[in-house]
Amino acid sequence: MSEKVLMKGNEAIAEAALMAGCRHYFGYPITPQTELTAYMAKRLPKMDGVFLQAESEIAAINMVIGVSAAGKRVMTSSSSPGISLKSEGLSYLAGCDLPAFVVNVQRGGPGLGGIQPSQSDYFQATRGAHGDYRTIVLAPDSVQEMVSLTVKGFDLADKYRMTSMLLADGTLGQMMEPVSLDVGEITKYDKPWAATGTKMERPKNIINSLSLIPEELESWNLTRYERYKIVEENEVMYEEYMMDDAEICIVSFGITARVSKNAINEARAKGIKVGMIRPITLWPFPKKVLCEAADKVKAFISVEMSMGQLIEDVELATRCKKPVLLCNRCGGVIPSPQNVMDSILEADKIGGEQ
Amino acid sequence: MNTVFDRPHALCDVVLHYCPGCTHGIIHRLVAECLDELGIEGKAIGIASVGCSVLTYNYFNCDMIQAAHGRAPAVATGAKRADPSNIVFTYQGDGDLAAIGTAETVHAAARGENITVIFVNNAIYGMTGGQMAPTSLPGQITQTSPYGRDTKTVGYPVKVCEMLSQVDGATYLERVAVNDVKNVKNAKRAIKKAFQNQIDGKGFSLVEVLSTCPTNWGLTPDKALKWLEDNMMPYYPLGVYKDKYAEEAK
Ligand SMILES: Cc1ncc(C[n+]2csc(CCOP(=O)(O)OP(=O)(O)O)c2C)c(N)n1
Ligand code: SF4
Repeated sequence: MSEKVLMKGNEAIAEAALMAGCRHYFGYPITPQTELTAYMAKRLPKMDGVFLQAESEIAAINMVIGVSAAGKRVMTSSSSPGISLKSEGLSYLAGCDLPAFVVNVQRGGPGLGGIQPSQSDYFQATRGAHGDYRTIVLAPDSVQEMVSLTVKGFDLADKYRMTSMLLADGTLGQMMEPVSLDVGEITKYDKPWAATGTKMERPKNIINSLSLIPEELESWNLTRYERYKIVEENEVMYEEYMMDDAEICIVSFGITARVSKNAINEARAKGIKVGMIRPITLWPFPKKVLCEAADKVKAFISVEMSMGQLIEDVELATRCKKPVLLCNRCGGVIPSPQNVMDSILEADKIGGEQ
Repeated sequence: MNTVFDRPHALCDVVLHYCPGCTHGIIHRLVAECLDELGIEGKAIGIASVGCSVLTYNYFNCDMIQAAHGRAPAVATGAKRADPSNIVFTYQGDGDLAAIGTAETVHAAARGENITVIFVNNAIYGMTGGQMAPTSLPGQITQTSPYGRDTKTVGYPVKVCEMLSQVDGATYLERVAVNDVKNVKNAKRAIKKAFQNQIDGKGFSLVEVLSTCPTNWGLTPDKALKWLEDNMMPYYPLGVYKDKYAEEAK
């Protein structure tokens, strides 16, 4: 094991990005992710990288497009309102089949909302902006996982030529934990498609999302969705916690999964058989394991910091085979272990008929 | 036999989709000639914008990136910063550059981004069928100003070169036109200089080219040239609005 250092979540993401070979960062200040931008401002110029504070999130994501189109690893980060502005660019990245790594350290919304943690951009992250496309969405629950998923995010983006988004929240961004920065080997990908100048040696490359011929545009979408299918088959990540004998299954990601673990331990002490499936990839969503769990447990609880967003995917994945309860707070409020416990007790009442 | 006139290598051998008499084609040729003459086609990355010129990615023979409406200067910033040896240019219309993309334009200039911007001002939104542009003239009739541009309610045209001349980061700003041979030649000189500046690392260069849109102006090609001369040129005077290095040399 390598030595551990104490790091703030936002800074750990930045350091992991550098270790993944990212030398281009474009951002715009917004709480609660600003430490990430500041970290890059300090580090990148000293390593011949490019740090640029853009005039807006729209500009930042389009600068990301420029670097990615030119074949280099690149990232941007923001928090909820800023991600809304980046949405146009996310759609273009998808339409152009460009890799990019984007971080959303969520805060409460809608509108300007607040600056306290939230998970209410779940729909936005997993559904996205205009057009048929997908984003790989990675949901860490610790500073250590912010490091590993950042490295993974860059890799997946290059591997599948798509955006991967790290979906964190204000708590994870601000919290300090000891982390190992041993990130292992970094794979380098050839990018023969990139706009690097023809050098008068090859036909020109065009990075483009426009087609005025419907059949052609359809075929581009179909090809892209074939790639997405491979992602769904190979890249699903989740953690199972005390699921072996569980009768109640909590589904939760990020910081609320940690809160849920506390509640699960407490409930287990009371003899209630509860476990958790924690999606680490929100897209691709761990549908299969949830569907299988639905044959074993009597109820699910979606624990989330939003008004019932994750729960829709749980219901879809489990095909409504079992009731799914919602345990949630929003607007910047984190559910307490007691909130989760109350839901566990309620779920425990279900099931005489099962 | 001596070839005295040929298609520039940097211009693809394809049929351009522009309307008959539209001067976009002339501007394409000038840009391509400059890429040829400066020997930079192999290093060039062109950024196509959203407007009638969106398909330029099919017309220039260099690597091309198609940007979202108004975002070309930001995409260009990324492409340039990814590898400063790239020669990066944008080709944008007035709606793209001076309405939806104003922030990207002004800030690329303010940063002194070492890119070349070809700004085609035809005082109208061509591609979407002739709506009012930020550069439409007072009184100009368009689809969305059917009673003529009323400055009392929709304000005045944006004069891009004049505006950017106040931005310290901008290096070179010139307004040209392609309405006659003399002006076409002059436009070529300006475009070439805007690329040469980038090669020399001098920073942000923008050439505003007054161009025609016979289709949406509802004029024949020759009358459109005359309209440009009689109406656009007085409102948008040709000339150099900023030349940082020339000023410093004085
Ligand atoms: C975000 C967005 N808004 C609107 C459009 C529709 N649109 C396409 S081209 C265009 C106007 C372009 O006009 P201009 O930049 O003046 O170029 P021209 O067509 O005159 O050469 C508009 C509004 C779009 N593609 N994207
Ligand atoms: S609509 Fe106007 S600007 Fe567009 S190609 Fe036709 S003449 Fe040119």
